[in-house]
Amino acid sequence: MAPCFHQLTHLPKILPALLALALSTTLHAETVLVAVAANFTAPMNAIAADFEKETGHKAQLSFGATGKFYAQIKSGAPFDVFLSADDETPRKLEQEGDTVPGTAFTYATGRLVLWSARPGFVDAQGQVLKGGSFNKLALAAPKLAPYGAAAMETLTRLGLQDTLSAKFVQGESIGQTFSFVSTGNAELGFVALSQVMELGQIKSGSAWVVPAEMHNPLRQDAVVLAHGKGNPAAIALMSFLKTEKARTVIRTFGYVF
Amino acid sequence: MSAITLTLKLAGLTTVILLLLGTPLAWWLARTRSAWKGVVGAVVALPLVLPPTVIGFYLLVTLGPNGPVGELTQALGFGLLPFTFPGLVVGSVLYSLPFVVQPLQNAFESIGDQPLEAAATLRASPLDTFFSVVLPLARPGYLTATVMGFAHTVGEFGVVLMMGGNIPGQTRVVSVQIYDYVEALEYAHAHWLAGGLVVFSFAVLLALYMLNPTGRRRSGKLGASA
Repeated sequence: MAPCFHQLTHLPKILPALLALALSTTLHAETVLVAVAANFTAPMNAIAADFEKETGHKAQLSFGATGKFYAQIKSGAPFDVFLSADDETPRKLEQEGDTVPGTAFTYATGRLVLWSARPGFVDAQGQVLKGGSFNKLALAAPKLAPYGAAAMETLTRLGLQDTLSAKFVQGESIGQTFSFVSTGNAELGFVALSQVMELGQIKSGSAWVVPAEMHNPLRQDAVVLAHGKGNPAAIALMSFLKTEKARTVIRTFGYVF
Repeated sequence: MSAITLTLKLAGLTTVILLLLGTPLAWWLARTRSAWKGVVGAVVALPLVLPPTVIGFYLLVTLGPNGPVGELTQALGFGLLPFTFPGLVVGSVLYSLPFVVQPLQNAFESIGDQPLEAAATLRASPLDTFFSVVLPLARPGYLTATVMGFAHTVGEFGVVLMMGGNIPGQTRVVSVQIYDYVEALEYAHAHWLAGGLVVFSFAVLLALYMLNPTGRRRSGKLGASA
């Protein structure tokens, strides 16, 4: 008890200093609440750390499915910035007046990959699809996830959509689709390159990176939401995402520009 | 419509299997003095506590080609269970287990020793006692177990989502269909199915409470005095 009391007696002396410190940080540093598409989880964690170090602002990240975020934003969720998994949802929010107009831009473009957890199972040209000797082909639900729609476009272009449809298993998100393939329950599947790439390399298994011209570009747009209007941290984060430093991080996770 | 039929088929089959498996298990839990009672009871109750996605993920791993159960089903020539209707039945049986076993166990416990001893003095065989004495006395418990097992399986979502693969007519049940509609922003479709599910669930529970009021009171009173 005695040392504790002793420390307390010093409190009045340091109190003005503490108060000044608290004031100075609240004056300059703001917090931005960011809704982030699940496929961008890993790069965004890295980028947010750099962002906080460089600007002194704080970024609070919330990860989830784009459709769910849309419903939450419409119901008044307190997000300042939205990093969507597509360009459609930010456009829709903009039309409906839920954004700060003119702030939307493409922060990354995703790449689709045909991947198997087994080494050597998928060849570099994706011929394994035509062979058809696999148990299941996992893809994200085309109606729900942009990567699912891209997978369907690719299959249609290859003329394999009908022959392979009996082997489809659909994940509700690209994350779930990845777990179907990584546990081996589906021998191969269309997932995001960002899920199987680390430091510019395919981490494990075997993969065919689907050529970009096989499907519509997987543009992922960011936008400042109405709630983030006038928040300096929101604007700072949007500019930070455009810096070469952030883009280098984004590229190592398998996205392009 | 096929999502609704599929859901009813899944819930019906799961309930039948659970009543068959749950009866001996609940009987053992109600009567045993074994030290294992606590352990088995805790395992049975686990699905009440675990998030369904955890159950679904572990099922995906253990039933998968590299999992112990998956290796067994492949060796026996059944193939792999994830993404199939039988796989969903296995998942649902685990998921709804406590909702069937616990009401049965409560019902068996509330019967007590006296009716069994009386039957024994009349030279009834244990099997005869079970069918002529225990089953009729445990009827409220069976009603609760059937309704809760069925309704809980209808409302199942996370497990199916994790191991179903959303295949129309095989694994796309009502809850997953609703989720798809919500995610695709087709709110009108979602409202129809979701509203139907709310009405269905309310009707089932209302029927249960109206049919079974005395049974619940009696087992509660006996449980308190025991």
